[in-house]
Amino acid sequence: MFLIFLASIIILLGVFTVAAFLVWAERKVAARIQDRLGPTRVGGRFGWLQSVADGIKILTKEDIIPRDADSALFRIAPYLALAVGFSWFVVLPFSEHLVVARVESAAVFLLALAGLEIYAVLLGGYASGSKWSLIGAMREAVQVVSYEVPLALCAVIPVLLSGSMDLVTIANAQSGGFWHWFVFNSPFAFLGFWVFMVCTTAGLNRAPFDLPEAESELVSGYMTEYSGFRWAVFMLTEYVIMFAVSALGAILFLGGWHGPLPITAWLGLDRLAYPWAFWIQNLAGIINLLVKAMLCTLGIIWARWTLPRLRIDQVMTMCLKYCLPLAIVAFFGSLLWKLGSM
Amino acid sequence: MSRLRRNHWLPEHWESYEIRTEEWLVNMGPQHPSTHGVLRLVLRTRGELVLEVTPYIGYLHRCAEKIGENVNAQQWIPYTDRMDYLSAMNMNLGWALTVEKLLGIEVPERGKHLRVILAELNRIASHLVAVGTYALDLGNFTPFMYCFREREKILNLFEWVCGARLTYSFIVIGGVRADLPKGWLQACENFLTEFERALPELHVLLTENKIFISRTAGVGVLPPKLAIQYGCTGPVLRGSGIAWDLRRHGEPIYTRMYDEYDFQIAAPDISGNYPRQDVFPPVPGEAVVGDCWHRFFVRMYEISQSIFIVRQALDKYSRAQGNVGEPVKHSQKLPVGEAYLETECPRGQMGFLVVGNNSPIPWRARARSSSFCNLSVLSELCRGVLLADVPAIVGSLDIVLGEVDR
Repeated sequence: MFLIFLASIIILLGVFTVAAFLVWAERKVAARIQDRLGPTRVGGRFGWLQSVADGIKILTKEDIIPRDADSALFRIAPYLALAVGFSWFVVLPFSEHLVVARVESAAVFLLALAGLEIYAVLLGGYASGSKWSLIGAMREAVQVVSYEVPLALCAVIPVLLSGSMDLVTIANAQSGGFWHWFVFNSPFAFLGFWVFMVCTTAGLNRAPFDLPEAESELVSGYMTEYSGFRWAVFMLTEYVIMFAVSALGAILFLGGWHGPLPITAWLGLDRLAYPWAFWIQNLAGIINLLVKAMLCTLGIIWARWTLPRLRIDQVMTMCLKYCLPLAIVAFFGSLLWKLGSM
Repeated sequence: MSRLRRNHWLPEHWESYEIRTEEWLVNMGPQHPSTHGVLRLVLRTRGELVLEVTPYIGYLHRCAEKIGENVNAQQWIPYTDRMDYLSAMNMNLGWALTVEKLLGIEVPERGKHLRVILAELNRIASHLVAVGTYALDLGNFTPFMYCFREREKILNLFEWVCGARLTYSFIVIGGVRADLPKGWLQACENFLTEFERALPELHVLLTENKIFISRTAGVGVLPPKLAIQYGCTGPVLRGSGIAWDLRRHGEPIYTRMYDEYDFQIAAPDISGNYPRQDVFPPVPGEAVVGDCWHRFFVRMYEISQSIFIVRQALDKYSRAQGNVGEPVKHSQKLPVGEAYLETECPRGQMGFLVVGNNSPIPWRARARSSSFCNLSVLSELCRGVLLADVPAIVGSLDIVLGEVDR
């Protein structure tokens, strides 16, 4: 009990740090893409503490609930988003032994959480009492039914290949060098990875799929009426989930905490022979996973600052007409590939 | 089904009800991020579908024309700056030429070339804002930054010339305020070379981008006939395939400035191809003449044509003899009579009317706004489009509310 409590605290702080880092990193990467500097003042030359400064500023803002808003739902929505966002880390393993709760059906649990996330957006948009917010929320609903099916189909491919829904088992099935990663397992799994990444971007409401908050059309979509701390919670959750989804992608397809080259195996660092090798492996595992997750996140950020936004009918076309058949091909292709290689 | 019917909150025979969505009046603006200033649009929508768009204007009305009847012609120049603040040089030029037409004076050769340099540079700057904010309307932030980076260099050049970055009041009746400073020509050359290298970035991010094409091609198609009926001019008219450019087809006092210059009028032919297409990205198959993509591409095309014109003008200016013209005195009396002149501003044909009655102060000063006419076609274009198309269409018309309201 105490250990779980401790783990929650560590995860909570760690995830907040990662989210704050990602906010800063996005601003820096965006600035670099756009040929400008980004934050430069707060916390030294690179503006390290920009997120902290923003957080403090947001906490001092006036708390506004519009008169037309449904007050209770309006208040609940951001915290629902936050709760769902942090629930990801309950089952998300950071390394073979660093997982709060090792659940047999972790992959399905996370997919369910991804589906739950939309309720926050729907509630927030519905409760705001603003037309723009409601349109944003309805767009989210349309988007969800479009991307969820291909997303689930692609997320099932590693389950299929490893024969388990436990994320630790899935990652361990990819040990021993990058050629064992599921993304390089077959051309179909490779295809599946990219469809997965596209659908996760849609799930994150990030450009080019940021329709629920489409700034130039819907002012800020479901976030229009939110300000101050509640807005910050929504925004932080977005980054938390972005990191979580990237980590999930890394675990499912990119070998999780297993490095690209099996260095420990070459060096003969057997954890039975050397007890300290256990710690080294776990530490290296975390670093591996973080680096992979960050690279996926970088890809998502990169796409955001390069591509224009799709229209709602184009999102549906893209997800249902292109991603879904591709996901089906990837799924059955992987299945047949596995049968053939057995 | 039968179990549901027993629920008290459902009306009797609810199955026979036609399920109908309600129409919504959505107020877009005047503080909306993508109405380019203080335009207010009232949208009648059914879900995402926009049935009708009604533009409401007047939030930026500053009585410019009335002021024009109380100051002398030279003093009205700064007010023309503030109409279309993104292309102030062109506005100055339009008013200056109109009054010069009434006075019957002509600017010396060197002054004409200097005016061409400044007007075309300002056209580039103005189109850069149009293109950049258009990308912003479609949810792409990066081209906006690239456009403003390049525009900044033009503003620096203007600042060097006249000290102002936005409202120049530099082209005045009778000439320009001053000659170019030393070293400016070389700096301008350097800018053009740099800028030509940066232009392909915009083409990659926008013109050739798959998502950009799918968002703009076939959206908001403006047939040429309708464009003429509504008095649309500038890139909006040319995007519909009508090769009409006042720099070639205008009145002599204006076209004489451009007679020696070689440039193409940016307008697609019936099949959607542009003159000298080979140096530009190909026209996508989805694009229809008169749609948002063509209106956007006409601006990109004009940017490169303007670079070409400025290059020639720099050469002609440095070889021309004489002075750049002498600004007329504030006490210069306007003869009895009237003069009307339209010039090709970046947003379309900007017309000025001046009526004199033997006094330095015009009896009537009138501005015919191109943005106003271009905006009037909006409700025709936005019939039955999706909500996301409305900013795409408004952005492609590229209006400046300061000019619409005057």
